[in-house]
Amino acid sequence: MGYGRGVVGEQPLIYAEGLVKRFGDFVAVDGIDFQVRAGEAFGFLGPNGAGKSSTMRMIGCVSPPSGGVLRILGMDPVRQGAQIRARLGVCPQLDTLDQDLTVRENLITYARYFGIPRREARRRADALLEFVQLADRAGGKVEPLSGGMKRRLTIARALVNEPDIVLLDEPTTGLDPQARHLVWERLFQLKRQGTTLVLTTHYMDEAEQLCDRLVVMDGGRIVAEGSPRTLIETYCPAEVLELRFADGTPDEYADKLAGVGERLDPLPDRLLVYTGDGDAALAEVQRRGLIPSATLVRRATLEDVFLHLTGRTLVE
Amino acid sequence: MGARPRGDEGMSRVRREGAQAGDRSPAAEPYGGAVTAVAARPPVRGAAIGLLGQTLAVLERQLALYRRVWRGSAFSSLILPVLFLLSMGIGVGGYVGELEGVPYLQWIVPGLLSMSAFEIALVESTYPVMSDFKWTRAYHAIAVTPVGVAGILQGWLLYLILRVVFAVAVFLVVAAAFGGLVSAWAVVTPLVCLVLTVAVAAPVTALAAAVDNDSYFALLFRFAMVPSSLFSGVFFPVERLPAAAQAAARATPLWHAVELNRAATLGIPPAWPVAAHLAYLAVWGVAGCLLAAVVFRRRLYG
Repeated sequence: MGYGRGVVGEQPLIYAEGLVKRFGDFVAVDGIDFQVRAGEAFGFLGPNGAGKSSTMRMIGCVSPPSGGVLRILGMDPVRQGAQIRARLGVCPQLDTLDQDLTVRENLITYARYFGIPRREARRRADALLEFVQLADRAGGKVEPLSGGMKRRLTIARALVNEPDIVLLDEPTTGLDPQARHLVWERLFQLKRQGTTLVLTTHYMDEAEQLCDRLVVMDGGRIVAEGSPRTLIETYCPAEVLELRFADGTPDEYADKLAGVGERLDPLPDRLLVYTGDGDAALAEVQRRGLIPSATLVRRATLEDVFLHLTGRTLVE
Repeated sequence: MGARPRGDEGMSRVRREGAQAGDRSPAAEPYGGAVTAVAARPPVRGAAIGLLGQTLAVLERQLALYRRVWRGSAFSSLILPVLFLLSMGIGVGGYVGELEGVPYLQWIVPGLLSMSAFEIALVESTYPVMSDFKWTRAYHAIAVTPVGVAGILQGWLLYLILRVVFAVAVFLVVAAAFGGLVSAWAVVTPLVCLVLTVAVAAPVTALAAAVDNDSYFALLFRFAMVPSSLFSGVFFPVERLPAAAQAAARATPLWHAVELNRAATLGIPPAWPVAAHLAYLAVWGVAGCLLAAVVFRRRLYG
């Protein structure tokens, strides 16, 4: 459908420098810099309370920055909020659908907020319902839809004005695995069509699947930035050996395994060994006469990056 | 609506600024003004929408919702007032005879008409507004579009006005059939009810947007709506009340609407000059709109 087509070149669609959001004494976003370029899928990864949603609300022009510079499509969100919002598509974290209207009416009434003529609104509604695979529910009410269907409808609604940037705040939080994959598949389609996506997530698999580039946020600050691959390469060896022991704490075993792998990270329930070669590390563990109750060699993920950068897991 | 929200300029302003974008010095733009090529692109996809378009878009949503639920509200807003007319006007009126020189039916018709408008405007501004902030979160959905607070409030009030004027028109037809209207000035009563609607709905909408808990509505119904309906000259002249209560009755928006509507349907002058009654209602309406705009702005763009 060509959403986001026709946006020129390599200039950033979103530019933030020293961006701050304060609520009273609480600093939600503590001076962050980032740029989002046309056609890329950009992610804010972090735990709850990291400042992701506050940042998204500032980009969405519904929350004025407390400090710093923010430009969206070259415009100032405080002075030109309505003009920017006309060119954004927003998929909020909490559903804001009209439960008493039909699926199709939800799209048509929303299109009217953008000044789209009724006939064109109907045409776009039908095309978008096809796109999010809800055409067969067009005449039904929203209320009985599953969580995944509602989320897909919200995504369709965010596309009704053919936006230059689509903002997705935790697009799959609260969905079951199958529904998540359906949402990801649609977002991936959008990405392939060249739509600029900006999303927040606290799922590293989501960030790895969808984001070309992301920033890791913690406590209102950006602690790392890059593509999922470069982040993993920069902050973690290629593989992780996970060890569980039937007796004793992972801390105790960390002492016994000193020198194995490049880095050891004892978690409450397991011991992580960061290493270029997981199998070799496991052989070394066995050579030292230690017998784990369970072992797993896997590739390093963004979760490991986050753990390394903040000392905490993403989803607790 | 008066209170045009900052940061929600209409599209005319936007186009002008888009045209100026190329004139900005590179120093003013963090990335050398290069993005202005994008910014200056004419707004094609999300078409331009002015305040009128915003208002109508919000009204359209309300009407689409009303199409789903009108049956439920038809009893309270259309049938109940007519039952009041039959019971009080004809039933009670048969015993009362005349009041202030006219048959009680003719005396009470403008009162019931005003009360009906008053109650629709007040009740519809409570739970539905709270719901669109708390439960459906529809206002939050609208806030991320080009529609601003002024468009939301105007569309909402226009919807209530249509609801009230329709109910009033139905009531007038029934009242006329029972001989309840004396003067042709009765045709202005929908206009009076329009003013009353804004005078009541705007402040109640502000309240519903400001509070987080529906227990305030119970207080509003008990201590504002019911006493207003009983003592603002709907069923008997306020002159029957003790002096202090008379002052309170005259402070209610409902009393002013009752006076104007009674003057219209009976073809007599109202208690105060027409302009004074209207001005008093306008104060409530304007203050309510300003208050609502502040509260909506705080909740949606905080």
